[in-house]
Amino acid sequence: MKSIFAFLTVAVFLVSCNPAPKSSKSSKGALTGNAAEKVYVAPGEYDEYYAFISGGFSGQLAVYGLPSGRLFRVIPVFSQDPEKGYGYNEETKPMLNTSHGFIPWGDSHHPDISQTNGELDGRWIFINENNTPRIARISLETFETEEIIEIPNSAGNHSSSFVTENSEYVVAGTRFSVPIPQRDIPISEYKGNFKASLSFLKINPDSGNMNIAFQIRMPGFDYDLSHPGRGKSHGWFFFTTYNTEEAHSLLEVNASQNDKDFVAAVNWKKIEEYVAAGKGHKENVKYAHNTWDDDTHTATSKMENEVWVVNPEDVPGAIYFLPTPKSPHGIDVDPSGEYIVASGKLAAAMTVHSFTKMQKAIEDKAFDGEAYGIPILKFDAVNYGTLEQPGLGPLHTEFDTRGNAYTTFFISSEVVKWNVKDLKVIDRHPVYYSVGHLMIPGGNSRKPFDKYMVAMNKITKDRYLPTGPEVCQSAQLFDISGDKMELLLDFPTIGEPHYAAGIPASILMDKSKKIYKLEDNKHPDAVKTEADTKVVRKGNEVHIYMSMIRSHFSPDNIEGVKVGDKVFFHITNLEQDYDVPHGFAMIGANTAEMLIMPGRTATSVWEPKEVGVWPFYCTDFCSALHQEMQGYVRVSAKGASTPIKYTLDDEIPGTEE
Amino acid sequence: MRKDKIIMIVGSLILLLLFVFPLWKITLLAPQYPEPLGLNIHITHLSDGNQFNDVNNIDLLNHYIGMAHLPTKINVDKGVVAPFKEFVIIPIVVIVLAILGVFFGFIGNRKLYATWLVLLIISGVIGLYDFYNWLYIYGHKLNPNAILQIKDKVTGEMMAYQPPVFGFKQMLNFEVYSYPSTSVYFIAVSFVLVCFAFYMNLKMKTKK
Repeated sequence: MKSIFAFLTVAVFLVSCNPAPKSSKSSKGALTGNAAEKVYVAPGEYDEYYAFISGGFSGQLAVYGLPSGRLFRVIPVFSQDPEKGYGYNEETKPMLNTSHGFIPWGDSHHPDISQTNGELDGRWIFINENNTPRIARISLETFETEEIIEIPNSAGNHSSSFVTENSEYVVAGTRFSVPIPQRDIPISEYKGNFKASLSFLKINPDSGNMNIAFQIRMPGFDYDLSHPGRGKSHGWFFFTTYNTEEAHSLLEVNASQNDKDFVAAVNWKKIEEYVAAGKGHKENVKYAHNTWDDDTHTATSKMENEVWVVNPEDVPGAIYFLPTPKSPHGIDVDPSGEYIVASGKLAAAMTVHSFTKMQKAIEDKAFDGEAYGIPILKFDAVNYGTLEQPGLGPLHTEFDTRGNAYTTFFISSEVVKWNVKDLKVIDRHPVYYSVGHLMIPGGNSRKPFDKYMVAMNKITKDRYLPTGPEVCQSAQLFDISGDKMELLLDFPTIGEPHYAAGIPASILMDKSKKIYKLEDNKHPDAVKTEADTKVVRKGNEVHIYMSMIRSHFSPDNIEGVKVGDKVFFHITNLEQDYDVPHGFAMIGANTAEMLIMPGRTATSVWEPKEVGVWPFYCTDFCSALHQEMQGYVRVSAKGASTPIKYTLDDEIPGTEE
Repeated sequence: MRKDKIIMIVGSLILLLLFVFPLWKITLLAPQYPEPLGLNIHITHLSDGNQFNDVNNIDLLNHYIGMAHLPTKINVDKGVVAPFKEFVIIPIVVIVLAILGVFFGFIGNRKLYATWLVLLIISGVIGLYDFYNWLYIYGHKLNPNAILQIKDKVTGEMMAYQPPVFGFKQMLNFEVYSYPSTSVYFIAVSFVLVCFAFYMNLKMKTKK
């Protein structure tokens, strides 16, 4: 008996000898020590936060870690990415389709993470495109762009893509008013003829899919930025405007004349009810709606042709103008939803409106006239107060949980910390140089994670080693946990770090996808085993159904292709192991390489122009035998009688074993 | 019913849990696999020890050193490896032992209890030897055209890759750990219970 118990004890002990998976890293405090210690993330350790920093004119979205500032990944969104094959392979090309046809580039601006009950839920991240108005949705499990929807009746989609506190809507705006519908009229007839659309896109709570629920047809101002109300102001959306002068030329002067422009306050809940009651009208439009099917991992582009439009007179009591000095740029709502902070970029003042006062002013009809049928509320009736001369050129504000606001000043190149209630400056810190947006993780939510703040700067000049006339733009990390802001780190960014969204790593890292299951691969051209690989001729098209696994292609010898053929490589990565992508490149193909993740299929087109035997190979160093992962396609002359033949190790795939 | 009978019956029926839980686990850790690969060995099949697709991934890595394919369903169906006879024989042995144990329990004879224990021990020893044998075969019978052919620095002979039956061994870049898994503890529990049944039966007799 004793010996049996002894055996059991030993056995239990032995079981615990099995090596456990690497446990998640404990969060490193950054409360003491110098700046270097605070941003040092030791090799193999993880950052505390993800920072999704817009690539601006690169059209992409870059993923960094905070506090280290290390770049992890660039997610291709609005621009082709030859590195990954995005926008080049047959599966992703439809993602970049628009009503203007295929557009290889975009100008990405404001990422915003989906929310539930006013807190970040980490399901999706949305980002807008300014030039060809679009909004994209990116999965935070796969870090891939899953949907891009074009916004009709708009130009310069800048006041976008901010999300309401239960991810009911994501919004799009119009920075460049245009004739709606577009028509051939003299530019000088701008006033009264040019209009803007504020679009509310409903988000499907399960799939995340967006559809344009309604557009509000607004006067032809420039709608610059926007933010949703939250908490008590949930149900409202606030947009800043400039060029209420409706100038059409030399705007830098002509759109800077009015002492006050407006903040447009939109009660979207009320408009929702009006729309449900049939208010408004249908308009014929044309816009692309591109969706990514995760099962077939193929995008389809659908051209939509109608949108529901409401005019302000259709929705009385739902839209108001709040006079705000002076060409306000940023509009930000504090975590409680009470304070609406507008940055009058040409005034050296921060205007704080009160949601409670606004409600009362509406009730009391404290109007100061109207503009295009939209009531203008009296400034004094809505204004909580003004922070005079905190700096020059205020642009954007984010908040902490302690009642403080942090505002960027482009002209005086600094971030100013101030108390919203007291309207008193607490601290200021220079940035290098000319800061645009700033970001506190969860800054556009009821629950900011207020340990770090990232300032995103447009100009770097002498901050880094020079690289010719074109130098990097930059982000700067601050510790904001104390009374004084402390500059911790400079790190260069891709493109223009326009705006960013941050989220604690703990919310995302465990659900990040590792591989795609081959059995779930529903791509019509997928192969599940090497035995399924084949080459099929259909007229002058040759379809190669190929597989890749460490470390060979199957088939890797292909004959019977002729000059003038259109060759489709449908390639499936059969790997089912984490971090084993394979790449594919074909000599002379007028397209990019493809990176194919485990379990996925992608298609590259090659139109051989010369007779010969042409190699292809794996571009991603996949294994010790990566250099051996190569193959040949024999190309015969047009009209030659070379039959289709495909082999692996000189046998038809699947028959060799 | 007499307590020793119940314990004998329960003890032998516990063996049926071998159909549910793995018997042995081999864990492979390497720089490229900080989250280790795991191979669970059941009496009927192999299963992923840690992450999805571990078995196939181990099988894939094995081809570099020319190791034979693992007896997975996919490989057997493909015809690249013969079906593993043990996956048929061992379940039969387990069922027979369980039925026999229940039968002996109903009879309630301690000599039969002892016989059952001896049968269990014999089966276990044969099983372990068979396991060792297979590990030897897998480790030594390598494809002469293997991609990686590394000679032992000392002996100058081709390196063998026999995983340990029990314990740790470094094999190229992999740290290989091999330890009993859940089912072995159920065998132990079964063994203990039957011993206890035997003891109770014995005590009963002395009381009389």
